[in-house]
Amino acid sequence: MFLVNGTNNNNNLGYKFFSKKLCLINKNNTMRKISIAVALVALIIIVIIGSLKQKDQPLSPKMQLREKFSQKDQPKVDHTKFDILKQTFNSPQEVTKACETCHNMTAHEVMNSNHWNWERVDYIKGRGITYIGKRNAINNFCISAVSNELACAKCHIGYGIDETGRGFTDSTNIDCLVCHDQTETYVKADNMAGKPKEGVNLNFVAQNVGRPNRTNCGVCHFYGGGGNNVKHGDLEMAMFEPTKSIDIHMGIDGMNMACVDCHKTKHHNISGKLYSLSSMNVNRAYCEDCHTSTPHEKEILNEHTMKVACQTCHIPTYAKANSTKMYWDWSQAGKLKDGKPYTIEDSMGNHVYMSIKGAFVWARNVKPDYIWFNGTSSHYVAGDVVEDTTKTLILNKLHGSYNDPESKIIPVKIHLAKQPFDPVNKILIQPKLYSPNPGEGAYWKDFDWVRASESGMKTVGLPFSGKVSFIETAMYWPVNHMVAPKEQTVQCKECHTRQNSRIAKLRDFYIPGRDRSDIVEYAGFTMIILTIFGVLVHAFLRYYFKRKL
Amino acid sequence: MGHKKVYIYKSFERFWHWMQMILIFFLGFTGFEIHGYYSFFGFEEAVTYHNIAAYMLIGLIVFAIFWHFATGEWQQYIPTKAFIKAQIRYYIIGIFRNEPHPTKKTALSKLNPLQKLAYLGLKLLVIPVMVTSGLLYMFYRYPTKYGVESINITTLKYIALIHTIGALFLVAFVIGHVYLTTTGEKILTNLNAMLTGYEEIETDETDENTNIETNSEKLTTQND
Repeated sequence: MFLVNGTNNNNNLGYKFFSKKLCLINKNNTMRKISIAVALVALIIIVIIGSLKQKDQPLSPKMQLREKFSQKDQPKVDHTKFDILKQTFNSPQEVTKACETCHNMTAHEVMNSNHWNWERVDYIKGRGITYIGKRNAINNFCISAVSNELACAKCHIGYGIDETGRGFTDSTNIDCLVCHDQTETYVKADNMAGKPKEGVNLNFVAQNVGRPNRTNCGVCHFYGGGGNNVKHGDLEMAMFEPTKSIDIHMGIDGMNMACVDCHKTKHHNISGKLYSLSSMNVNRAYCEDCHTSTPHEKEILNEHTMKVACQTCHIPTYAKANSTKMYWDWSQAGKLKDGKPYTIEDSMGNHVYMSIKGAFVWARNVKPDYIWFNGTSSHYVAGDVVEDTTKTLILNKLHGSYNDPESKIIPVKIHLAKQPFDPVNKILIQPKLYSPNPGEGAYWKDFDWVRASESGMKTVGLPFSGKVSFIETAMYWPVNHMVAPKEQTVQCKECHTRQNSRIAKLRDFYIPGRDRSDIVEYAGFTMIILTIFGVLVHAFLRYYFKRKL
Repeated sequence: MGHKKVYIYKSFERFWHWMQMILIFFLGFTGFEIHGYYSFFGFEEAVTYHNIAAYMLIGLIVFAIFWHFATGEWQQYIPTKAFIKAQIRYYIIGIFRNEPHPTKKTALSKLNPLQKLAYLGLKLLVIPVMVTSGLLYMFYRYPTKYGVESINITTLKYIALIHTIGALFLVAFVIGHVYLTTTGEKILTNLNAMLTGYEEIETDETDENTNIETNSEKLTTQND
């Protein structure tokens, strides 16, 4: 209505809207004044409605996650009230029996878990369906659990496994407490095949059980390989109570999340696993489970998630608080001082030499290596013949390449080692390392490679030639924890650069800033230089002849 | 022989030319930073600015195409064999002898035969190649992203290499182009014309003279 009036009052049709409005205001027409007032009020109302409505908008996904994980689970049951847990327990097995009176179907779940079996059924290309786990895989830390069960079973969720494998079938041998203790007083004894330490108050622990917290998982997973942060690099005792700058999820000054918040668990089957032992792309825990694959505001970053795993940018370094082992040289082991084994520590308290284990290299705040990974891997399994002994033997090869659409770039810790090898049979040796007494062939007591190998290989049922040499091996440990606050995220430039790109070793594709074609560069610059040269010569000649004319 | 001030470059044409210059220089500057020759904005910002400038240039190109067809100016770029040899001879020999330009610039024919070829090549080959490779650079992952694996482009390599070749070629082109602007009657004659629209043109034949005059007058009035 305003528009029409305005146009009529102006003969010139070309006038701008602005001048029409001016014209309207100049006219002392009450009706128009009222109309303007009504329009203004309407506008104010719309603004108010708009501002009110903003409050109804759903929370951002990040806020939702924050809300969800800030509400901690409350226990549903008070175990202190149960009489059966008030009895005097003479052995830890009796505790398990008491648990089973209520949780009478749980043993089945636990005994089907890989925490119990130390192996899983996997399909591996080229090998078919296999069982793979601590019973047959070999690592390049303490090499193998088999024949060393008394010591290694400290981290088994059971009581009393030994070299015969006994203990895997009896449900009362399940150690419920190690995972469910909420008192932090339950401790397993050294070299006792997984039994608790003397003096643990089993009643107190049994009456205070609940959802596993970081301590339950950490007592084993932070100390894998015989010491803090030896194996993983991203899982260590600093993760019991980390700050946000060490781990944004678990930071006690932040979300303070527990392991099982991400490692979702159903029927004692815990999601997420590490490829030191597993081979198939199943039952994994992903960042995307909470964050989706397109969590960034910038679309260009969301596109990266097609080829780049979240961890690659969001875990700039691992072993942020304490050092992790990068190299283990078993061939140096066995040096004795006055007939006795000894240990050398560096300034940070890391063992750099141990007579029983050899020489080590540690590192802290390590930039990961990067590889293509499609979620599958293949393993060196006890007894596999090594054909090419000149190359570093990769014990767990992670598969993937740029051209594989399933593959993404992931960060890894690469642990190198020199470990015992039978040069005649061309197989890795699984030595017997631990035994309670000297003279039983255990390397840590007798320091004799041949006897230790003989004893260990006999237990696993593999041939041993009597000769021991050492072979270079590598293990790939995907880095998934110690996610940094977003301010510390890897910057574009750290990969998209010619010099020292984080992904300098991944050469099967082109990325801007890092890659260029020498032919294009040389040809292009030759063309540009020739152009400049031609221009200069032409200009000079023009100048020269102009002066002459 | 006389001199006439002739209106050669219309206002849109000049706007288009200088906007294009600014954008191409900016694209070059950010582009070579992305390529890793130096660090100024930082990689992330360089990419952001490069993409924004790219969209602006595409917008400008759309307007320019419309303008060329709407005004019929596209006909200026129809290549001709006539005077090609003379033009080459002029740049190689004639220019040093202070000979006159072999072709006359008029509002209706403002490009010499070599310019026609060069700019036609630029518009039909280099710019489309840069725009296409640039868009592919930005969007090559999109088919996969939206589940169309069949037209998926698996590697950025060739897209990036073509884009780089085009960029290096444009650097050489700009150097030659800027230098050739100095080959007008005076060093700054051509530059001045592209800034103001007017160029002083030698007139020797009465027929052509009147022709130009009427044309330029007509155009001048329109602009006023």
